Amino acid sequence: MTSSHTTTSGVSRLPVTTSAVTLRSAAVRFGSRTLWEGLDLDIEPGEFVAVLGPNGSGKTTLVRVLLGLLPLSAGEVRVGGRAPRRGSPNIGYVPQQKALDPDLPLRGRDLVGLGLDGHRLGLGVRGMRARRERVDRALEAVGGSAYANSPVGRLSGGEQQRLRVAQALVGDPDVLLCDEPLLSLDLSHQRTVTRLIDERRRTADTAVLFVTHEINPVLPLVDRVLYLVDGRFRIGPPEEVMTSDVLSELYRTRVDVVKVRGRLVVVGAEELDEHHEESA
Amino acid sequence: MSEVLSRLFTFSGTGELLALPFVQNALIACAVLGLVAGALTPLIISRGMAFAVHGTAELAFTGGAAALLVGIGVEIGAVVGAVVAGLVFGLLGLRQRERDSVIGVVLAFGLGLGVLLLALYSGRASNKFGLLTGSIVSVDSTNLVVLAIVAVLVIAALTLLYRPLLFASTDPDVALARGVPVRFLSLVFAVLIGLTTALAVPIVGAVLVLAVMIAPGASAARVTANPLLATVLAVLFAELALVGGTVMSLAPGLPVSGYVAGIAFLCYVGCRVVARLRSRRVAAA
Repeated sequence: MTSSHTTTSGVSRLPVTTSAVTLRSAAVRFGSRTLWEGLDLDIEPGEFVAVLGPNGSGKTTLVRVLLGLLPLSAGEVRVGGRAPRRGSPNIGYVPQQKALDPDLPLRGRDLVGLGLDGHRLGLGVRGMRARRERVDRALEAVGGSAYANSPVGRLSGGEQQRLRVAQALVGDPDVLLCDEPLLSLDLSHQRTVTRLIDERRRTADTAVLFVTHEINPVLPLVDRVLYLVDGRFRIGPPEEVMTSDVLSELYRTRVDVVKVRGRLVVVGAEELDEHHEESA
Repeated sequence: MSEVLSRLFTFSGTGELLALPFVQNALIACAVLGLVAGALTPLIISRGMAFAVHGTAELAFTGGAAALLVGIGVEIGAVVGAVVAGLVFGLLGLRQRERDSVIGVVLAFGLGLGVLLLALYSGRASNKFGLLTGSIVSVDSTNLVVLAIVAVLVIAALTLLYRPLLFASTDPDVALARGVPVRFLSLVFAVLIGLTTALAVPIVGAVLVLAVMIAPGASAARVTANPLLATVLAVLFAELALVGGTVMSLAPGLPVSGYVAGIAFLCYVGCRVVARLRSRRVAAA
């Protein structure tokens, strides 16, 4: 399926692949500090990749690169076969839950609708009906129809995150980028949000890149893990990456990964995480 | 007491006054201003920019005072002052805490400078007072032309940029991720606020710009979360305050700003009451 091709400028380009996301020798540097380099990653359609690592290890930076908000310092990146640019319609984005002003004059359906055409110019009077239908369908898919007309700021964190998923999926993206979408949600809402994302990738073959500091809520869904620590990283299935040996090597200290009642507990990395938080 | 009340609320002679050309000019000016200000207010509320609008108005006053002293049109000075202020506040971005303190500092400086400039001005005193409290006699046909041009500009920009502006104002993080130029839009919006504020200053006065630039949107936000409906309601409230306030001020011959601010305030209280009653009914159901 892959073949090399050369552009008119004569520069050799990435091979044409069917991957949803492709990174080749990718690096990001801020001044003299290298966040990560030599990153090669292909995410296939329908694949679920979790990105883990301590604060400041460049997880969110990776999302920003894929969104086209930050250029790579070196290497190449493709999303849906093309260089990402701001506002690419084939990318959906789910942010972390954040408290919204309860008096914000915006309804649930408006939030979802902005995900569809909020970046467009004009009032969008034409195509109003088609837009409404798409928004309604997206709302229904996440079970959010009941509060579609409520002010978003007055909804619970879980309800807001469902709307966030609808907002990310309403444009029918090939790639879904999630940046800590479960943060500050209780367990049942975490399950709902992960279930919605999982459903989507199964039914529509949407590739998912899921940044999280906690793998357990998504562990059953994860195909591969990208674990970033201080410029070092490992990519592979969770059973290969989430081991005491691999994490000890990444953190350069003794780290134990223990399985307790189906949950992975990482012991020894927390202190380092805190250290990172201070320096980040 | 009743004497004061009957002086405040009289309509004897209102009919004849309405036939005068300068009164009609004022009413047209108010109607145009109501449309523009009303359309902007829900976005101002969404962005939490009430204080920035106030600061912009004070700088419009400074600009107007400087223009008076130099001998050019007051509205030109007001537009320059307000747009410069808007740009400064817009450049500060969306970080509320930092923005508020900078606005406070700039506002105080601008107001002080404006008072000084007015003191140096040796012309008619009513010109001075008009900048602070507004006066409808100051609206003439040249003003109307300027007003119309600026209004068309603001409405055109708002129509073109409405969706990205709404996105950036209500959901800036995701808007940024979706490629909306959030920072650039905050500058554009600041300029729109500056232009509209500059139009409002000669009519309602620098001190009371908030009555038309904040109150209508704040009122609408109490009763609806639908951005489109909020905009329609805000325009309605702004028109009611401006046109209604002007008509009410005619017969008593008192400053228009008190009436405008009064109606805007009543709209806000009314909307709060409606919202309260509604939430009770929901709680009871």
